[in-house]
Amino acid sequence: MLSKRIIACLDVRDGQVVKGVNFEGLRNAGDPAELAKRYNVEGIDELVILDVTATLEKRRTMARTVATVAKELFIPLAVGGGIASEEDAAAAVEAGADKVSINSAAVANPALITALARRYGSQAVVVAIDATLEGDRFGVYVRSGSTPTGRDAVEWAREAADRGAGEILLTSIDKDGTRSGFDLPMTAAVSQAVRIPVIASGGAGTFGHFVDVFTEGCADAALAASVFHFSEHAVSELKAHLDAQGIPVRLR
Amino acid sequence: MIVALIDYKAGNLTSVRKALAALGAEILTPEAPADLEGADAIIVPGVGHFEATAALDARWHQAIRARLDAGVPLLGICLGQQWLFEGSEEAPDVPGLGVLPGRCVKLDPSADSGRAGSPNRPSTASEDAAGSETRPYPSSGTLKVPHVGWNALKQTGRPSRLLAGIEDEAQAYFTHSYVAPDSDATVATTEHGVPFASVVERGLVFGAQFHPEKSGETGLRMLKNFLEVARAPGAGHRAAESSEGRRPNDEGRGLR
Repeated sequence: MLSKRIIACLDVRDGQVVKGVNFEGLRNAGDPAELAKRYNVEGIDELVILDVTATLEKRRTMARTVATVAKELFIPLAVGGGIASEEDAAAAVEAGADKVSINSAAVANPALITALARRYGSQAVVVAIDATLEGDRFGVYVRSGSTPTGRDAVEWAREAADRGAGEILLTSIDKDGTRSGFDLPMTAAVSQAVRIPVIASGGAGTFGHFVDVFTEGCADAALAASVFHFSEHAVSELKAHLDAQGIPVRLR
Repeated sequence: MIVALIDYKAGNLTSVRKALAALGAEILTPEAPADLEGADAIIVPGVGHFEATAALDARWHQAIRARLDAGVPLLGICLGQQWLFEGSEEAPDVPGLGVLPGRCVKLDPSADSGRAGSPNRPSTASEDAAGSETRPYPSSGTLKVPHVGWNALKQTGRPSRLLAGIEDEAQAYFTHSYVAPDSDATVATTEHGVPFASVVERGLVFGAQFHPEKSGETGLRMLKNFLEVARAPGAGHRAAESSEGRRPNDEGRGLR
């Protein structure tokens, strides 16, 4: 049976993980490669490196970060944040990314989805959607959630899939950073509307939230950042919890 | 140990190169079929549409078969595994290498034949637990295609050099929509609504439907096992002629 994936997100700025990390045994708590190695040992299924710098000059630092993380990592690695063109995507892939995640650029230029899918295959193209509840629908925002697009998240996910996206990374703007649980209605609505996997993001605070998003939320994968920093064994403990709850996961 | 990694422009090979390099292999990217002469092992990777394998034309078919006959092992990964068979309904006019029997088909999790009571269906403790809990777990009716993520390799029990040292039900990372047919070469199956051949092996022909280069320790072990086949006594002329890269305790390891 296909396992539900647990994905750790590393928010990286200037080559350092920006959210507070305090693992014992890490020489440098903010070093993405060390953290990636740690998560890998704990049994993380996939990693996402999110470039929160996203300025042209810092791009090179980012490529180096990706290359360093990818070097000893033999699980899927996705890279996102500020990827606006085929060239940006190529730089990430050359540095060792298996997948690229595009967000604002996909909305501005949906043909980019198709272009990247043709070049690298759909499995390498993740379309990230940031959305929030607006009346009876979920509105899509870009530029880190600051700019409304007028698009509906369910419709946009369908279009992205039709254009060649291999996965949807769906972040709830309402839930992000609250640790109050994933947005279950939104995740379920998008997941049931498309045939490609949907990664739920935003709101993870407890192990129970992951159970909820894999059952009620119909998510194929769940992504979190800070929740994995709670304890040294958060990833393995989370997986044991999910397994006990009857959710199929990859155990060590 | 020189591994020919055939790049026919079906996907990015960075991660395969990286994994092989980590295992100490030297990688050769053949420009033309004749370049295969120098290889101790051949890997055909690839993701995407079966149509892409058309780039491996009759000359490539001939050269690869000739190397196989000379004792050089061949590993197909993902689309590369599918290509080992006679063809695929994804691109019916493109012939596969045909060293394994049958044609690849679209993965259909809702197909009645495999849905209920499949002999390969794993029954795990966690599933039993799910039955006793009140949590609604999505049924196979909601299974998605492409099949993306980690899934278990259920070993069929046929002798396998590729699976040496790998636990039954170990998980590997998949991303695909088409599957190879079951045959007597199937050494592991995977279940996604229906069971399909996830690892195949016959003589010096090996295939993995998943991505060993992305499957953590399990995947690395399989790649290492494949390289050991190339090093084993009796494999390819280069390995046989050269004592380099062979350790005294290598004799017969993994051979059955």
